[in-house]
Order: sequence, then C-alpha cells, then structure tokens
Amino acid sequence: MSSVSILSKMKVIEGSKAIAETVKVCRPHVISAYPITPQTHIVEELSKIVADGELKAEYIKVESEHSAASGCLGASAAGARTYTATTSQGLLLMAEVLYNIAGMRLPVVLTCANRAVSAPLNIWNDHQDSISVRDTGWIQFYAEDNQEAVDMTIQAFKIAENPAVRLPVMVGIDGFLITHTVEPVELISQDMADKFLPPYKPQIYLDVKKPISMGNFADPGSYMEIRYSLHKAVEGSKKIIRDVTKEFEQMFGRFSGDLIETYNIENAQTIIVGMGSIVSTLKEVSDDMKARGKNLGVVKVRCHRPFPDEELYNALKNADNLIVLEKAISLGQGGILGTEIRSLFMEMENPPRISNFIVGLGGRDIPKSAIEKIVLRAEKSPVPFEFFGLNPEVLGGEI
Amino acid sequence: MSENLLASGHTACAGCGEALGIKLLMQALGPNTIIANATGCSEIFTSLYPRSAWKVPWIHSLFENAPAVASGIEVALKALGRENEAQVVAIGGDGAMADIGFGALSGMLERGHNILAICLDNEAYMNTGIQRSGLTPLYASTTTSPAGKISHGNETLKKDLPSIIAAHGTKYVATTTVAYPRDIEKKVKKALEVKGSKYIHILVPCPLGWGHEINMTITISRLAVQTGLFPLYEMENGVITSVFKIGKKVPVEEYLKLQKRFRHLFNDKSGAEEIQKIQSIADANIARLGLMAEPQKHPVTTK
Repeated sequence: MSSVSILSKMKVIEGSKAIAETVKVCRPHVISAYPITPQTHIVEELSKIVADGELKAEYIKVESEHSAASGCLGASAAGARTYTATTSQGLLLMAEVLYNIAGMRLPVVLTCANRAVSAPLNIWNDHQDSISVRDTGWIQFYAEDNQEAVDMTIQAFKIAENPAVRLPVMVGIDGFLITHTVEPVELISQDMADKFLPPYKPQIYLDVKKPISMGNFADPGSYMEIRYSLHKAVEGSKKIIRDVTKEFEQMFGRFSGDLIETYNIENAQTIIVGMGSIVSTLKEVSDDMKARGKNLGVVKVRCHRPFPDEELYNALKNADNLIVLEKAISLGQGGILGTEIRSLFMEMENPPRISNFIVGLGGRDIPKSAIEKIVLRAEKSPVPFEFFGLNPEVLGGEI
Repeated sequence: MSENLLASGHTACAGCGEALGIKLLMQALGPNTIIANATGCSEIFTSLYPRSAWKVPWIHSLFENAPAVASGIEVALKALGRENEAQVVAIGGDGAMADIGFGALSGMLERGHNILAICLDNEAYMNTGIQRSGLTPLYASTTTSPAGKISHGNETLKKDLPSIIAAHGTKYVATTTVAYPRDIEKKVKKALEVKGSKYIHILVPCPLGWGHEINMTITISRLAVQTGLFPLYEMENGVITSVFKIGKKVPVEEYLKLQKRFRHLFNDKSGAEEIQKIQSIADANIARLGLMAEPQKHPVTTK
C-alpha cells in the first residue's frame, strides 16, 4: 500500500471522537452512561450521533455510574450489545457492578478514560482507577495512541461476544493524553465493521419463550467452582485475543493486537516495560538511543488481564536489566505490574535485574529526558522500587 | 388469576408475607413477564444455585440496582424490537427501594421507563437479621433500633415512599397488602395498562422480624389497614383517585399487641404515651385520606 493511499484513509481526529465513531460502527443496541471528566467527549459525541439518528441505539441517560453499569448489565442480559464509558471515581462507583457483570458472563464493553483517584481530587491521567479493578474478571486492554484505541474498541466487542469468552472487556485509554489529543487515525468504515463484527447472537438471554434465572445465589458447595470457571474463562480468552488479532490483520491489512508488543528488543541488554500512552515516549527514547548505537528494548503490556505471563517471560528473559514503569500503586506494598513481572522470574537462575518506578501519577509529565535518566540509573544499579521525580519542595523537605 | 409462577419448594419461612405477596403478584402479572430482583429475602429463598422457583425470566444482580437493571432490560427489548414480548418488573424490599436503591429507583422513574416497580415492604432489613430501614415504623424494636432502658425503639417516622414516587410524575402509584388478594390483582392489572413507570407498594408482614405467629400474617396485614396505619390507595398523576374505606376504626393497640417488635410499649407505663403517638399517625392518615367516610358495599377500592 502506498503512503498516499494510507494517508487518504486517515482522518485527523480527537481520541474521544475516534472512539465514539468506532462505537457507532459497532452498532451497540444500548448505551448507558454518566458523564465524568475526561470521559465526557466520548459520551457527548455518542449522544449527538444517536440524536442525529446516525446510530439506532437506546441511550440511557442514567443518574449515576452505578446505574450506568447496571443498565448495561440488564440490557446485555436481555440480549443486547451494550457499551459504556467512564473513569476514576465513576469506575470505582461501578466496582461491585463490574464484578457482577463478569460473574454473570455478560459481554459489556467499557472505555475507561484512565484518570487518578481522589483524594486529593485530580482529573489527570494515571492508571490507578482501572488497575484497582483488575481482579473483577474483566479483560483489560491499555491503548498506546488513538489508533490503538480505535482498533481495541472494535476488537473488544468481538472478543467479549465470542461464545468461548463471554466476558466483559475494558479498554483503557489515557485521560487527556488520548481522550483530548488529536492524531491522524484510520477510522473503520461501517462496511468493514459489519464484516469484522457480525450481529450479536447470544445463546442465553432473558426470554419469555425460554425462561431462565440469572444471578442466582451460590452457597459454599458451588461458589468456588463458579469462580474457578470464571478464572479459566479469563485465562482462556488469550487464545481468542490472538485469533481476533489475526482476523483483524487479514481484514484491515495492519497488525494491531496481541497481549504484548515488543519494540527493538533483539539483543537489548535493557528492556523497559510500560502500559498505555507512555509506550510512545519509550519507543522514541529507544529510537534516539539506537541512533547513538545503544539498544533499549521496549515492551508494551497491551493486555493486563488476562496477564500475559508466558509472553512477557519470553520477551524479557534474555535482558540483563528490566525496568517496569507504572502509573498506579498498591499503597503499602509497591508497584503492581512490577510485582507481577518480578514473580515471573522467581525460579530462573540468573534472572534479569528488575527496577520498578512509579511515574506520572495524577498527570505528572514524563518527558524523554526522564526516561533517559531512569535507564541510566537502572543500568548502573537496580532500583527495586521508587516514586520517580518527587519534588522535595512539595513534600516540605527531605524525601 | 392465572397459574402460580412462583414454584413451591422455595425456602421462605412459614407464614412469610413476602412469598405470598410475590405469588399474588405473579398470578396477576402472568407469564409474559421479566423480573429484575434486588438482593434480599425474596432473591435468597427463590434462587439457590442450581435451582430456581421462578417460572418466568428472572435476573438478580445487586441490592441497589434492580430498577437500573430493569431499565437496561426495557430499553434492550425496545432496541431489539421485542418490546411487546414482555412486561418488565423491578422487585425489591423496603431497603432496596427506599434506602440503598432509592437513587436507582428515582432515576428509573424520572426517565419514565415502561416498568412496574414493586416494593415488598416488610419494614426492616429482614434478610440480614431485622435491622431498621427508612420504612421501619415509629417505635418498632429492631436489632439496630432496639428498645432499651432509654429507648422506645425506632425513633424515626416511616418514610412516605409512595408520595415521593408520585412526585416524580409517576402516572400510577398504589399501595396494597397481602390480606387483600383481589386488591393486589386489580392494582397490578391496572398498573400494567399504564405506559411508562408505575409503582405498587405491598406491605408484607414478616413473622420473624415482626414477631408474630405464623398463622397471623393475614390478620396483621388486615389490621395494618383497618387501624389506618397502612392505608390502601391509588394515586394517578399525583392525585389520590381511590382509597380503601375502613368503615370503623380499629385502635392501633389491636395491631401492635400481636407483634413482639412493639411489645416493649406494653411492658411499662411510659409506653402508653408512645402508643398514643402511633394512634395519632393512624388518625392523621384517616383524616388525610378520608378513610372513615361511607363504608362501601364491596371490600375493594372505590373512586
């Protein structure tokens, strides 16, 4: 494909608008959402699309995120393709419904415009919100840029609705950094979307012709088995995620998907790992270093649940130094992704030296120079855990 | 009435007013019904995996979201072109509808979904062991509003949920109770004729929580009405359009003395004052709704 024809398909568009346009071509029957910064542009755009009759969908303008998720739950149980979007406090208000949706194996798709969690109140980006609900049984993706947000959104419906999966999917997009950023994007046409994503045909749903009970309570004699089945379903979704990646590539002529993405990792003594939009910065630093004759490998954790343990192990095992950057923390414990990656190498002889940095909380900027500093320090001597770039003045003295 | 759509073999207590209320409700609703059930006794005694007592499509999600789940079901049926297949009904107890799920119920009503919301009011959190709710009546002793040396039990008035619901512009609001099966049937069927949100509040005595004999459920349900403490009425578009006339007033003592939750009021002299306060609540209901006017020939609601 010539560069001209690629460009002719590109549209310069804000992340939120690109996602709304993608949701539109996925033809959800029901959208149930409550506005919250920085998710607002997505739901505003979808409201307009529905108001203009461009998408024949029912849009429930709910009174809270709890009801937004509950509306999706009910609609999905009745056999509808459903979509919602939220962030931060909204996602946490949904928390028990998120567990419920996954436990009931309902393929709801949710965009999380990743944002910090209060207190203190902060509307800017980090990953504390969706990382906090990583154990709900939702498949979790984190997009690097607007294009990946678009691709993940249509793939999310296809993965969620696969009869072998039947799980909800959350697409994490960095608040403001993706939601409010304008980039060239190849949007998905209605025609192509219809070919890639056929109409939703659930096998089990609320139907008076075939009455079923959903959401029964389970006593100690069966609860564990039901939770085990859910765990196996989340694990098992890896195969479908890969299959959908292949199908997407065949249909759209470009690779976008899988559980992780690797960049310049061949012969790299140091590999740096991240999730979301920071990966674009990491790739640039890697390119800069390459120009100076130095290898810095980059690994993007595109899918955080199911956790890509084998994929990460194989991608990272030959490095001398691993650096895990993350925009969330388990307070009183440390880095979550860092701990998960460290656990992969527990049984390995001469494992890579692992450094773990908490970066970019509450929208703190992470320039290329910061990444360069982090790499230099980690290569000199591993840093088991650190909040990177703290300002002593704000802390009122020593760190 | 049509077949019983709540199968026998469920695990409700003997004399459970709620199980009876659901049975009567389902007989009036018929099989073309989808139920969204809040967490609570009704969900627990009907749905222990892998069994179910429900002969209609039924979903339980959480404590506070049955009206929101029902909203999702209702719009999904519309979006899928299946809206004529079934009526959607949200069921919850007093805790689910008046307290923790009140926001979800308010949202459902304000949006005007074509849903019948049902509150099965047993006046406390019975499923968790008889803790007070916003619909627990004055001076009822519960495990979190116990009568004690310096307390006469629950110190707050029962929240007037039907009026709050009517204030949303809800087209049809009605109260009823299990002692009057024909009243339940009539009101449910009338509600179903209304397009949009509608609400029926059903008082369901709880032998365990109220502390009455299991064979007294109907008697107590009837006394709640005859004393004026739980008036039966209909509100259409915010206006009272019918009341169940009680003919002669039964003193509240007759209702209270059958229930352990009010026993402390009879154990010491100071209780008389509290009983008088409860009587004044009944008297105010009787005056406000005109319950004592001409008794009717038939024990059904009248215009």
